[in-house]
Order: sequence, then C-alpha cells, then structure tokens
Amino acid sequence: MNKWRKIFLSDNIIVPLVAILLGLLVGAAVMLIGGYNPIDAYRFLIKRVVGTPYDFGETIRQITPLIFTGLSVAFAFRSGLFNIGADGQVLIGMTASTAVALSWSGLPSWLLVPLSVIAGGLAGGLWASIAGYLKAKRGINEVITTIMLNWTALYFSNYVIRHFYLLKGQNRSEDIGASATMTFLGSTFSNARVHWGTVIALLAAVFFFVYLWKTKQGYEMRAVGLNSKAAEYAGMNVGTNVVKAMFISGVFAGLAGTFEVIGVFHYQSVFAASPGYGFDGIAVALLGMNHPFGVVLSAILYGVLTYGSAGMSFGAGVPPELIKIVIGSIIFFIAAQGIVRFVLKPFYLKRKKEKVM
Amino acid sequence: MDVLTLLGQLLNSTLVFSTALIFSALGGIFSEKSGVINIGLEGLMIFGAFAAGVGTYYAQEAGMGNWSPWIGIIAAIIVGVLGSLIHAVAAITFKADQTISGIVINFLAAGLTVYIVKLLFEGSAETPLIHAFQKKAIPLLRDIPVIGEGFFNAYPTTYLALILVALSYFVLFKTPFGLRLRSVGEYPGAADTLGVNVTRMRYIGVLISGALAGIGGATITLTTTSTFAHNTISGQGYIAIAAMIFGKWNPVGALGAAMFFGFSQAIRNYVQLFEWSKSIPQEFIFMIPYVLTIIVLVSAVGRSAAPSALGTSYDPGKR
Repeated sequence: MNKWRKIFLSDNIIVPLVAILLGLLVGAAVMLIGGYNPIDAYRFLIKRVVGTPYDFGETIRQITPLIFTGLSVAFAFRSGLFNIGADGQVLIGMTASTAVALSWSGLPSWLLVPLSVIAGGLAGGLWASIAGYLKAKRGINEVITTIMLNWTALYFSNYVIRHFYLLKGQNRSEDIGASATMTFLGSTFSNARVHWGTVIALLAAVFFFVYLWKTKQGYEMRAVGLNSKAAEYAGMNVGTNVVKAMFISGVFAGLAGTFEVIGVFHYQSVFAASPGYGFDGIAVALLGMNHPFGVVLSAILYGVLTYGSAGMSFGAGVPPELIKIVIGSIIFFIAAQGIVRFVLKPFYLKRKKEKVM
Repeated sequence: MDVLTLLGQLLNSTLVFSTALIFSALGGIFSEKSGVINIGLEGLMIFGAFAAGVGTYYAQEAGMGNWSPWIGIIAAIIVGVLGSLIHAVAAITFKADQTISGIVINFLAAGLTVYIVKLLFEGSAETPLIHAFQKKAIPLLRDIPVIGEGFFNAYPTTYLALILVALSYFVLFKTPFGLRLRSVGEYPGAADTLGVNVTRMRYIGVLISGALAGIGGATITLTTTSTFAHNTISGQGYIAIAAMIFGKWNPVGALGAAMFFGFSQAIRNYVQLFEWSKSIPQEFIFMIPYVLTIIVLVSAVGRSAAPSALGTSYDPGKR
C-alpha cells in the first residue's frame, strides 16, 4: 500500500497531473473571456470522444500516429538529437508504403501487408539517417537538415504520387487494394477506421523501453545523449550511435505514415503543405517527458483533446483552436515545473510537517 | 524581355520573399547570442502577422489611411514582445528547457491568434482584407541598372530590414551592450563575475527577438497576403531558424542566407518562363532551395558556430 502511495505522490506523476489541470483551467479562462461556457464545452468534448462506438474508435485512430511520431521525437531526444524532421519521415514512410501496395497489388495479403510496413519503416529510417550521417560526419546541426529534409520530402512524395500513382482528375493516389489493407475490429466500432497499427504502436513503445534501458546498445545511446564527450572518452563511437538513433527515430515516424495509408485512408493525398504529424509528435514527446510510456499516455491525452475539440465547437460553439491553447499551456506548465511546484507549495509544506511528526 | 530587366525583377522579388526572413533571423540571433534557443520564431511570426492584420484593419477603420500599416507594425512589435515574454519567463526565470518553451510559443500562437480572429470577426477564420504597404522607389538610385530595380524600388519594410541588418551588426559587435549580450551567451559565469546581470541581458535578448520576429511576421501580412489566416506563416519561422544557423549567427551572414532562400522562392516564377524548364517536374524545381542548402552546408559551412552556453540555463551556484 505504502509503496503505491509513494509512486502516486511522486513528482513524476503529480507534476504532469497538476500541469494538465492548470492547462484545462487556462483553457476555461480563455473561454470565459471569449464569452463561452467552459463546463459545457468540456462536457461536449468528452461526449464526442466516448459518445458512440464510432467516435471512440476514431479517437483511437487519431491517437495511433501520435504515439509513433511521439516515440520518434522522444527517441531522438534521448540520444541528444532534436528531430524536427519527423514530419518528412512520415511522408516518406507513407510514400514507400503506397508505392509498394500499388506496385505489387497482385501479391497475397500475408505478404503484401508486411512488405508495405517494412518499406514504410525502412524508408522513414533511411530518410532520417541522412540527417544523422551529416551530423556524425560533418557536424552539421540536425535541426537545420531535418527542416530542409521536411520540405524536400513534401515535394518528393508529391512527385512520386503525381507521376506514378495518381488517381485521374484527383489530388490523391489510387486506392490501394483490399489485400494491402489492415483493418481491425472495424465492425465493433461501427466502421470506425481502427487498425492493427495501434497494437504495433504499443509494441514499439515497449521496444523503445527495452532497447534504451535494458540493452548495451541502448545504454551507449543514452550515454551519448547525456554527454557525448564523456561517451567518446569512454570508448563509444558517437557517430555510429547518432546515425543509429536517427534511423530508429525515423523508423517510428515512417510507420506512422505507413498505417495512415494502409490502415486509415487507403490512399495518399498530394499535400499542399506540411501535414503536421511531426510537429504534433514534438508536442507529444515533450508532454510525455520523452519516456515511452509517458508518450503513450500523452498521445492519448493529445488525441482525445484534438478529436474532442470538434465536438466542443459543434456543441458549444467554441473555436477548435482553443485546444491548441490548452495543449500549449499544459506543455508550458510541464516545462516550467517551477510554476507547478510554486502552486503545490502549501501541500509540500504539509507533507514535510507530516514527516517531521 | 531583356536580360537586365529580368535580373532586376528577379532581385526585386528575391527581396520581397526574403524580408520577413531577414527580420526573424535577426531576432533569432539576438536571442541565441544571449544563450537562449528560440525555436519559437514560428510562433512569434504568427503573433506578428496576426497583430499586423488586426492592427492595420482597426487603424484603417479609424481613418488613419496610409499610416495604418505602420500601426500594424507597432502592434506586431508589442504582441511579439509579449509572446516572447512567455518564453523568457519560462526559460530564464523558471529555468525550463528552452526548446520546450519555444515550442509552447508555437502552440499558443497558432491557437490564440485564430481564436481571437474568430471572436473579433464573427467566426471568420481570416482577418478582413487590408490596404497593405505599397512599393516606394527611391529617386535617382532607382535608375541604376539592375540594382536600381532590385534594391531601390521596394516595400518600406525591405528598407527597414536592410537598415536593421547594419544596425544589429553594429550593436552586437561594436558596442559594450553587444559584448555583454554575447558574453552572457558564451560564458555566463565569467560575465556574472564581471558584474553583468545575466538574467537581465537574456531577457533583453529574448524580447528583442520577439519584436523583430513580430515585424517579420507582420511583413508577410503587410506585403504579401494582405490578410491573416492560420496558414499565413506556415513554416517561415523554421526557415528563419535555418537562415540564422546557415548565416552562423551573424547578421550579415543571416542576410545572405535569407536572400538565398528568398531567391530560390523567387526563381520558381521565372524558371517557368524558359522552354527547357517544362521538361523538369515542378516538384524538383520546388525542392532546389532545400537540397541546395544541405549541399552548401556539407561543402562549405561545416561545424556550426553556436554560442557555447546556448541552451543552458544559468545557475549562479553552479561552477
């Protein structure tokens, strides 16, 4: 009993919870200033998410790519790299999966689906490795290369879709065949677009944890992330670790793209601008404090808030952009933990007194 | 069309595209030279573009005529500074991770601005169209071939940007204030020992970046789009960060990098005038600036020259 109590009262749990609460309060204040009823708005938000099996399934659909991109950014962070390029890696993963699914549509499902998944993950990983390689070999800041690679990926994938797989007269690819899709329990959720990708996303989080904290390679990666000079002095190859970390990070992002195609949309759009998956991933990683299980929880929070925001605007008339303010504030309070500790101060004092007695 | 006129026009539209990047990259330099990462440039530009759209609209309604865009600029400076204050409080006072609190700015800006626009303009997601800046030619100078059309027939904001590049260079490298600002970003412990107030200098650096990035965002509203919507900025802030790194945290370098990005945006419209360009898919033409940046970085720039204390909060008790 006491052990559990200790875990739940530890800062790692309490600070995020208080931050979420404060973030929702900021959102409520902004709604009040705008003349909306925050209680109504939050009620409609929850109702939208859990109201019908369809909406619940769609919320899960919304959460899945967030887990992948969140893991992608968090993994890079743990190795001391800032991967702003998850967005481009998602697009490249999408494109590779679409290309495989459409080019070899004759293959049986048990072969085509894994091929498409592997292609997506591999393509995302290799795309990210470009930035890793340039960082390792030439010391070029990965922030600038991943930003540049985002735009390059956007135009490159548009080129591939437009010139090889375009559905005539539309701004998207042809539909992939049924043998390349992987839906899952769709009927339980009244045809919401749920798919196996969610399960794989959760497995990816477990892999992230085991790899970084239970293997020698993961230990090296974290060492490089914490202090690359010390790691080098200890005989670790910093360059190899940087490339490897970017590769794995890119695989996570690429898979996000893969499942958006073969699990959800069954085609790929020609995007006019960045679709924003990677930037959501940055927020999810930060909210989850770069821990794989934190990322899963924060992806759930992020997905629920964004999917529910439509209900909020439908039911209570609140512009859905409000949810961005809420998410921004939550991240702010998690980052500036000093503020949360300040709010919690009276409770801390009380706890200390208990200890003394 | 003869070659000289074409070159002049190309230079002219290069400057139109690069002006916003110049302002924002300069802003980034002031913040990062003081040791505070500013990934929030995108959000600060959104704040500026929004304030310019709203401020100019109300100034026009109030009958301020041709002065209205300048009111928009002032509004953008104020809102940009307020936005960067959030970053400063979190990153400097509360010692939050600087990258995270920059990302927070991007989120808050994207949410708050559209939310307020919808409140102000009855649910419309866009500010009403405004009369934006007009290009102003400088007499005599504009008659110089190529350069005249290129540099001396521009928007007022472009002239302002070029002046600010020179001014920033002077302030950063030739004044005691600039020395203090840089010292706080290189070695805050030593600066503190010599009596420089680290916290104050960093606040100043971040707030200047808010003002400049605000003007940068405003420039896009006031010269290109004439309205503010959620996609007015769409990634320009990140390009500005790239320009800052590309320019090695030096105002003149950032000017060069920003003009490079501006040029590659401008050349898109001109390349299509040539017959041979039809055989190249347009996506590849769009890709050129980004691929070229990577190639240039690989071949020329090499290891980046970031301020040594960039990204670390200053704790006087730690040595």
